[in-house]
Amino acid sequence: MYDTGKIMTGLAAFLVMLTLPFWYSAATGKAGENPNPVLPKTEKKCVESRQYMRDGHMDLLNRWRDAVVREDRHIYVSQDGTRYEMSLNNTCMKCHVERAQFCDKCHAYLGENLFCWNCHLDRKGVM
Amino acid sequence: MDGSRRTFLKTAGCVILGAGIDAPIVRAVAGAVSADATPGELKAERWAMVVNVRKCLQREGCRACIDACHVAHNVPLIKDPLHEIKWIWKEPFKNTFAAESHPYLDNGLAGKPVLALCNHCDNPPCVRVCPTGATWKRSDGIVMMDQHRCIGCRYCIVACPYGSRSFNWQDPRPFITTGIKPDYPTRMKGVVEKCTFCTERLVKGLAPVCVEVCNKVAGPGTMTFGDIRDPGSEVVRMLKTGFSIRRKPELGTEPQIFYLV
Repeated sequence: MYDTGKIMTGLAAFLVMLTLPFWYSAATGKAGENPNPVLPKTEKKCVESRQYMRDGHMDLLNRWRDAVVREDRHIYVSQDGTRYEMSLNNTCMKCHVERAQFCDKCHAYLGENLFCWNCHLDRKGVM
Repeated sequence: MDGSRRTFLKTAGCVILGAGIDAPIVRAVAGAVSADATPGELKAERWAMVVNVRKCLQREGCRACIDACHVAHNVPLIKDPLHEIKWIWKEPFKNTFAAESHPYLDNGLAGKPVLALCNHCDNPPCVRVCPTGATWKRSDGIVMMDQHRCIGCRYCIVACPYGSRSFNWQDPRPFITTGIKPDYPTRMKGVVEKCTFCTERLVKGLAPVCVEVCNKVAGPGTMTFGDIRDPGSEVVRMLKTGFSIRRKPELGTEPQIFYLV
């Protein structure tokens, strides 16, 4: 191989640059802050399991939206048999009163750009 | 892998099949939308409304129904007529009923305000032109709007012969001066909106808010809402009490707001 020294130095430098965030947080002990959504204190249980809500809340909300707006169906039966009114404004936001303390935490962390809030409101009426 | 084309195609097929069935399995984890009607929900074969024009005119400056509707649905108050948003409003008789109007109408009726709102047509032209299915006629006759699907093309506004649809040229929220109600969504810039016959109230067993408020303020029978296919309903009974007209019936849209004159 020609120029082994140069190539290897280059590769090593590249690897260091690539893993720099890890070195940086290991050296300084400061990592980027994890999103920390504030859970409501009034309720212990969401519509579905915590894991499902984490992974699939967007899917659930889309189904709710289509059912309510387009099919005039308003009742959702969750896996454990509990019946809920399908409403972002009136069911979700009843417990998750303040979207800034819950929804926005992860969405901002992930750089999600939602248009829910262009129309829907949380209980505090925050726009 | 011994690279025969046969093996490759088999594997590729399995991979595609696997990717295809994966999504539905993941979704099946959650519960289900119930087919049951909400207890106490108001149902009809065909919703319709009767407006008693003479009774309404006894309180000419009254805006009870308009204000109640616009507050309940977070409708912004925009003065500029080019940008204004209206679900229910008053329009001079000579405009609402142009063909029925003539200079010799009694009591200057031509200039008197008549209530106007979405006619929830049986043959709605707005629905025919909507390219995205954002507006459609429900099985109970209500011409419904899905703001999520509206792309703001405004074909429906052009198609509607009654001016019942308004377009949000700007963010409406700064113009909701009565305070935004968090239990009903606002709209956003770039979507069309209109009267929905208060579908959100029908589910709860309540009549449209305009009818409820009007009957409190102006007395029962000024505005009536009900199932026009039910011979025993209040709207059918009201229609039997006098002569009724509809707006621009000659267009064939079959409007379902009836005006007792």
